[in-house]
Amino acid sequence: MKQFLEGSRAVAEIVKLCKPGVVSAYPITPQTHIVEELAQMVADRHLNAQFVNVESEHSAASVVLGAEATGVRTYTATSSQGLIYMSEVLFNIAGLRLPLVLTCANRALSAPINIWNDQQDSISLRDSGWIQLYAEDIQESVDLHLIAYRLGEDKSMMLPVMVCMDGFILTHGIETVEIPSQEQVDKFLPAYKPLYKLDPDSPLTIGPLADPDYYMETRYAIEETLKEALVLLPKITAEFSRVFGRTYHGLIEEYRTKDAERVIVAMGSVCGTIKEVVDELRQKGKKVGLLKVVAYRPFPAQEIYAALKGIPKVAVLDKALSLGSFAPLAAEIKAVFFGKKKTPAVISSFVAGLGGRDITRDSVKEIFRLLTAKERQREFIDLKPELLKENYE
Amino acid sequence: MFGPLIIKPGSSRNNKTGSWRTEMKPKFLRKDCIGCKLCALNCPEGCIEEAEKGAYMCDYGFCKGCGICAVVCPKKDIVMTKEESKEEK
Repeated sequence: MKQFLEGSRAVAEIVKLCKPGVVSAYPITPQTHIVEELAQMVADRHLNAQFVNVESEHSAASVVLGAEATGVRTYTATSSQGLIYMSEVLFNIAGLRLPLVLTCANRALSAPINIWNDQQDSISLRDSGWIQLYAEDIQESVDLHLIAYRLGEDKSMMLPVMVCMDGFILTHGIETVEIPSQEQVDKFLPAYKPLYKLDPDSPLTIGPLADPDYYMETRYAIEETLKEALVLLPKITAEFSRVFGRTYHGLIEEYRTKDAERVIVAMGSVCGTIKEVVDELRQKGKKVGLLKVVAYRPFPAQEIYAALKGIPKVAVLDKALSLGSFAPLAAEIKAVFFGKKKTPAVISSFVAGLGGRDITRDSVKEIFRLLTAKERQREFIDLKPELLKENYE
Repeated sequence: MFGPLIIKPGSSRNNKTGSWRTEMKPKFLRKDCIGCKLCALNCPEGCIEEAEKGAYMCDYGFCKGCGICAVVCPKKDIVMTKEESKEEK
């Protein structure tokens, strides 16, 4: 049914339809009201789940880790400092192969304190073993949660999935959203049947000490499984498209790139703005396009190669930094083409929208304007040089 | 693909901790044993059992050679001796 919903509310609705048995969250800043809605649903008995309020995000992640290990579907959400505070547990959840789903409402990291959107929080956890999917709009955020549970809980995967949606832009924006019926969801997402679980009647140990004789194989196994996820995710999204009638391409989305001469690569909600600018510039006869990266982990290197190999000029837009080195997405896009025969003549790196600074249509046009034969490294868009003149000596 | 994350109960039996033993191992003399059981109760590996009435013995497959049994024995009926050869482990 089509509903006019705020992003957080829409995500709460779809999570409810996924029927998690345990939801745990730290209820205060930097939380979104996704879990507030879920707590209300549990209180109103619209969702038959245990809602565990805890004293920190570290505890929230620990609660869902423990609950998931007993074989129940679980859910949590956080963002920014909360995600970073969870990080120790998040590595454990992936290492223990517990396929829970977490919504990251992407926000900047302190200091200075800033509650607005960029993608530094989840990007900083790219090495945790979690699958990371980035949504462009609220509808995609909703749909990715269904896909996330299906993907993570697949018997060949058993890995946690982080659905990343831009804080405020998507979590607090309001859109017309199609929320599927319970029957549709049940058909697409059957009840969770774990491969193994903590059960007093059939005791086993999950996650014991692994000395140097055993540890490396556990990491290798995650690495190999994430490669398999690159094959499985498109299959699941294809099935999703058949069932729900909304088309997703799984790993990446190419927008008017076929004959494009200049293409921007980006992730998340900024892709919507870029599409509008692409349409506008196309009307003026400029051959531009967008490559949207949906799956950041696992990183779809082959698909990105196929999509960009014939494009003369590529701009990579990062909403996060790896301070002191190349911007994260740009570094990986360049790595895709290292040593390849067919490669874009220019791959320029741009940084924009940090700490919630709006990436406007003009910002996107500026990127296309600066995407010339001269390769740019971490070119900051919409920077205010006048703010850099403070003198503390 | 999965690594070795899940352990069925009882798997510690597969870990022959006796291989950790370096130089010394306990010898159960069985001369003055009064059956007080202190050696078995104090063994951190739990590998000492009453082999026959009033006579205790450890399983060298798991004995790490820590020597606690020899120290707690009130009759000095357990002594630490030099490990003879690797095969005996």
